[in-house]
Amino acid sequence: MKKKWFYQMGLTAVVLSMVLAACGNNEEPASTTSGGNSGAASGDTIKVGVLHSLSGTMAISEVSVRDAEIMAIEEINAAGGVLGKKLVAVEEDGASDWPTFAEKARKLISEDKVATVFGGWTSSSRKAMKPVFEELNGLLWYPVQYEGLESSPNIFYTGATTNQQIVPAVDWLLENRGKKFYLLGSDYVFPRTANLIIKEQLKAKGGELAGEEYTPLGHTDYSTIISKIKAAKPDVVFNTLNGDSNVAFFKQLKDAGITVQDMTTLSVSVAEEEIRGIGVDVLQGHLAAWNYYQTTDTPANKSFVANYKKKYGENRVTADPIEAGYTAVYLWKAAVEKAGSTDVDKVKEAAKGLEWDAPEGKVKIDGETQHIYKTVRIGEVQADGQFKELWNSGEAVKPDPYLKGYDWAASIKPTE
Amino acid sequence: MLTLKKLTPARIWLLIGYAAAAAALFSAPMFLSDFRLNLLAKFLAFAIVALGLDLIWGFTGILSLGHGIFFGLGAYAMAMYLKLEAGGGKLPDFMGWSGLNQLPWFWKPFENFGFAVLMGILIPAVLALFLGFFTFRNRIRGVYFTILTQALVIITTTLLVGQQAYTGGTNGVTGYSKILGQSIASSDTKRMLYWITAAVLIAVFILCRYIVKSRFGKVLRAIRDGENRVRFIGYNPAVYQMVIFTISAALAGIAGMLFVLHVGIISPSMMGIVPSIEMVLWVAIGGRGTLIGAALGAVLMNWAKSEFSTTYPEGWTYFLGAVFIVVVVFLPNGLMGLASKFKLGKGKRRSEPEHDRVEYPAV
Repeated sequence: MKKKWFYQMGLTAVVLSMVLAACGNNEEPASTTSGGNSGAASGDTIKVGVLHSLSGTMAISEVSVRDAEIMAIEEINAAGGVLGKKLVAVEEDGASDWPTFAEKARKLISEDKVATVFGGWTSSSRKAMKPVFEELNGLLWYPVQYEGLESSPNIFYTGATTNQQIVPAVDWLLENRGKKFYLLGSDYVFPRTANLIIKEQLKAKGGELAGEEYTPLGHTDYSTIISKIKAAKPDVVFNTLNGDSNVAFFKQLKDAGITVQDMTTLSVSVAEEEIRGIGVDVLQGHLAAWNYYQTTDTPANKSFVANYKKKYGENRVTADPIEAGYTAVYLWKAAVEKAGSTDVDKVKEAAKGLEWDAPEGKVKIDGETQHIYKTVRIGEVQADGQFKELWNSGEAVKPDPYLKGYDWAASIKPTE
Repeated sequence: MLTLKKLTPARIWLLIGYAAAAAALFSAPMFLSDFRLNLLAKFLAFAIVALGLDLIWGFTGILSLGHGIFFGLGAYAMAMYLKLEAGGGKLPDFMGWSGLNQLPWFWKPFENFGFAVLMGILIPAVLALFLGFFTFRNRIRGVYFTILTQALVIITTTLLVGQQAYTGGTNGVTGYSKILGQSIASSDTKRMLYWITAAVLIAVFILCRYIVKSRFGKVLRAIRDGENRVRFIGYNPAVYQMVIFTISAALAGIAGMLFVLHVGIISPSMMGIVPSIEMVLWVAIGGRGTLIGAALGAVLMNWAKSEFSTTYPEGWTYFLGAVFIVVVVFLPNGLMGLASKFKLGKGKRRSEPEHDRVEYPAV
């Protein structure tokens, strides 16, 4: 008899969960909604997709970008919307899984008929979504610095490409910190491609390669690599490690007695958020290259940081990808208003040459590559977990994802 | 219900049920939007892996937590063909940015569709045969075998991630445009691919049914229930285990190929430890030891995953986890166990032996 009760409970639970799934489909809260059949710009609302990893390993990074995008959407709605219509965010979870990103992108475009999608973080997720956006002629705003060598007609890239982050950082290091480089990265596409470019650049500019190491994502034992680094005595460690590995690497670097006086470490994936996670005590004095810091001194940034903290809590920080996500929403809005329509082709046409005063300074959309002009900034980690800017490029640098303007990069041109 | 019986009314009803299910599968394109059809096609591909897994786990008692590998290898074989077809003679993009200037020799034959399909079945099958040869013959089984399959997963995914120039690294292989000269994005091609997937699923289902009902299938169940007894009778269980493990891997390879056609990307994340375990969960939830349960489990669980994540983008993992726990705790024989409970409650006595129910922990 006890068994029977078991089965009945089981059945009830299964039925209940199915009902739950079905119910959820019908309720449509004001700010976020799922399902529904109305077109992107029908009625008095415009649907926009927000597609980030809300679960899985990437959630810790992507949720903050999502927050910034939602904040921008709410700000725009509070100021009257776009073309007199309110924006409605349709959220989906990419779940840190690339095929899921492709599936959800397809759903947002063909089922929800969103006008545009803001989303992605990893290059892998972007590569997975790219064919979907191209097939269905959708529009994606991708907010993270990446390895370049790409330019899709259906994607706007609001993060830096290599000539707006890595290439100028290497130039600056060669000039100010020394010629001998040690390359350390996580084993995936961004570090490998970035290092390929750095190696060509070092060859052309008289730099010297002291070593090159890759560790799996999530790797935490750096003792072997640190002793190799000690033996190689580089002037600079160029760090493209991602996520948790940074915690282990910087802690063990400090434990090994290597200080910022011995060698410079420049990271391209460590921003304010990561500093909070890693701990400022081990990071103080190390360098990073980005286009935006929370401390960047522009009028737009003051209100951006204040609003972000007000909405999500005083202990939250802003960082480069967060700012790029926020900027993406406003750039799209400006393009739609210029075009007078949410039609993808018209928006793309209108976006050419568009300028906006972003928190990082003035940005401009490059019509040819659909990347944006960005100012390069090298910063040093301070005791309060914020960056002090040591150098900036003075003006916004024109994006050059294929490094066409650099002779030494001739051999890494893609075949596409 | 899967044991051999004479043609009773219940059996006729069963056949009608199968016919109705097949008809529903084939007419789905008329009712579903392109997006929903695409999802269903993906679920059907997953159902094929689940059937293969059920053969070894439900019927032979071998738990493999490495079927993601076989699935992935099949998927990569198809992906290599699609990538070359899309490039139209040019080097795949990721080779360019990884510093390769020439197509590696082992990529060349994948320009041929037939070769790719053959490899998508053969590579997983041969790998499984190889693994099976060294394990089953040496009587490595139970937990030890399961751990070995997990090790295989780690080795293979690490290799694929590390060899970015040859495999596309963590990004995997994506960006297809054509198959056999046809645009892969057109509705017609998609519908055709759906029908092919449905047909393959039905064919695989019939094949699996044939296997489990045959003498061979009886030996498999005997191995599951008492491997030593089977050996003492004079059978060599290792041969049977090797054969069924190989078939199971080949089915996973076929599923992988179909998956790539519908989803448009394969990456190492799709063949890692988590997806490999997920595949086993589909079978467990549907009901291991029943073919229809495995297939239904795969479709329903993936449908639930898709629905939950759309409805509750922030909390869906909790719902899915709750469903897993509920099924494992309250329905040890999965949804099919539930169904057969209700059927049995009406007429037959509870104590009647159920041939397909697994009464012991499989590991």
